[in-house]
Amino acid sequence: MTITISIIILGVIGITAAILLFMAAKKFQVFEDPKIGEIEELLPGANCGGCGFSGCHAFAVECAAAKTLDGINCTGVTGDVMKKIADIVGLAPCAVHRKVAIVRCSASCENRPPLNRYDGVSSCAIENALYQGESDCIYGCLGGGDCVSACPFGAISIREGEILPVVDYSKCTGCGKCVETCPRHLCELAPYNEGKPIVWVACANRDRGPIAMKECGVACIGCSKCRKVCKDGAPVIESFIAHIDQSKCTSCGECIKACPRHSIVSSTPVDNPSSATE
Amino acid sequence: MKTFRKGGIHPPEDKITAGCPIVEMPVPSELRIMLSQCIGVPPKPVVKVGDSVTRGQVVAESSAFVSAPIHSPVNGKVSKIEPTRTPQGIWQDSIVIIPHGEKPTDASFTPRHQDEIDSLSPEDIIRIVGEAGIVGLGGAAFPTRVKLTIPKGKKADTVIINGAECEPCLTCDDALMRSDADGIVTGTLLIMRATGAEKGIIAIEANKPEAIKAMKKAVSRFGNLQVETLKKKYPQGGEKQLIYAVTGKTVPAGSLPIETGCIVDNVATAFAVFNAVCNGIPLMERIVTVTGPDLSSPGNYLVRNGTRISDILDFAGGMPENTGKVVAGGPMMGKAVSCIEASSSKGLSGIVVIPDSKSMRRQASPCIRCARCVAACPMGLEPYLLMRQGEMSLWEDMKRHGATNCLECGSCTYICPASRPLLDYIKLGKQEIRKANS
Repeated sequence: MTITISIIILGVIGITAAILLFMAAKKFQVFEDPKIGEIEELLPGANCGGCGFSGCHAFAVECAAAKTLDGINCTGVTGDVMKKIADIVGLAPCAVHRKVAIVRCSASCENRPPLNRYDGVSSCAIENALYQGESDCIYGCLGGGDCVSACPFGAISIREGEILPVVDYSKCTGCGKCVETCPRHLCELAPYNEGKPIVWVACANRDRGPIAMKECGVACIGCSKCRKVCKDGAPVIESFIAHIDQSKCTSCGECIKACPRHSIVSSTPVDNPSSATE
Repeated sequence: MKTFRKGGIHPPEDKITAGCPIVEMPVPSELRIMLSQCIGVPPKPVVKVGDSVTRGQVVAESSAFVSAPIHSPVNGKVSKIEPTRTPQGIWQDSIVIIPHGEKPTDASFTPRHQDEIDSLSPEDIIRIVGEAGIVGLGGAAFPTRVKLTIPKGKKADTVIINGAECEPCLTCDDALMRSDADGIVTGTLLIMRATGAEKGIIAIEANKPEAIKAMKKAVSRFGNLQVETLKKKYPQGGEKQLIYAVTGKTVPAGSLPIETGCIVDNVATAFAVFNAVCNGIPLMERIVTVTGPDLSSPGNYLVRNGTRISDILDFAGGMPENTGKVVAGGPMMGKAVSCIEASSSKGLSGIVVIPDSKSMRRQASPCIRCARCVAACPMGLEPYLLMRQGEMSLWEDMKRHGATNCLECGSCTYICPASRPLLDYIKLGKQEIRKANS
């Protein structure tokens, strides 16, 4: 008997609550474009912010509401996915050039031997705020791995026994998190074209030539040799350091051969991290 | 005995140079005078390469208010004006002077006559202090001229002369108080005249009985001066801590000590004021405590501005084989030196040579929520929370929780049983907050 009463009471409460919830759900329903959900499912969900919006949901909302997809692009997905998104909203996809991160330092421990020992927190931001770093070069990579932990796609890694980060171009989406994070501003985005290697000056040392030479074996000394051999006028020398204008560079590789300091490097178009810093 | 209320720690003193007299260090073969030696605008060189300079001559100055000129401590010749490394290895412009061999003397400076000193107005004293390039010699190197200029609408009633020297190992202020008590007292009276304060208090921690005796003897002639003996506790030398310890007043968060009517200056700063006003000698040298358990001759040395740290260590018997770290400043607040060839500056109060076995940090382990950092913080902050926020880059939250009030004394990191790098993250947060504000 007691059991029956309990079941009836609980049943009545359950049904009443269900009706109330149903009515509340109807009354307070917020209409959301179903496209938003569809788009969001296609996105990587890393909330990296590379698109310029606050996260993947915000990007999806923007796509669904946009009148044109010009300038709206998710860096984290391939062109096919952007085409699918464009189909969902019924617009033409934005013409994009894929970008990837490059690291403007190529000095291993042999090229700039450590002169002191840092035993503080393993964070580039803190080490950079404290002092010059372990080597003589105050511009070079500290090897603390802030970029590694900042990368939402796991594209950056520091291999065992080395200090320099390596970018895996098969994973890098060019979201720019590492660019924001590096306290020495060594990460940079460069346009990535299939089959065309990226050529860049892997050095950020702004000291005068003789000083830079002492500080690091592969420091750019601003000698202008790369500018002389380049037919396209891509290298620019500013405050004792060369910088390659990626919009002009044809990846001919002449400057790599001409550089007496071996500070210009190139990536090969294969998605192989081991060849990325050679 | 008085002390400050909140937090504080009791690190071992290790003041092995406590009895050492002040020894004048010989002039090295080369002086590298850094241009940025104080908080504020770095002065510009006013000498050219090849110029001859005399002792006391201005070599760099700036028209900015928050700045201090720099004087040559020797007779010599400017050989180069080029960037050199700071003790932290960062490039900074500096003037290189090759001294002419002779021992520098103060004979070329004309002391002011007593009548002339008595007739100086407060503005005159502040002007002389500014021209003499005096900065706070406790370590922060804030231009003293700025400190003595009381903002409009504020009134100074007490001058506190900071002889607490709460940092372990350092004894430079102690040595100065023992040897030049009268000079410090005259300097204190001049600071009081410049600021219009009626009372002067010289605050000394109880672990310096000799200095207390000397200062008490020196102030006995003046009714408006007194010596206050404070209970030993770190960081008593912090401006806000000292004001509370001496007067019981609290400086409101985010405001200057003048809000409480107090002006705090280091004993060495008071002595520099005396030297500038009475003897006409600008600030060109200072006492530096060079210490370390394995150093063969530690001591309190009178070091010319621009002397290389390596030269100072050579004079103190050379760097021991087992050196792990060289710290510029005290062991609590000082910074490790990465470039031993860097030169000394006005703010350098000590050089501590720490042996290898004691120099490394312990491995950090997870926070055990013991709240000892909260108990130790003299500013009443929550270091464990600030560190957590710092790790997650929540700078806004750090600001809201008062990170900017942190005086970077390191009590939290010292006391942490889990050896967590609390101060490192707070410092990083403070820097990011400053960046966001500018």
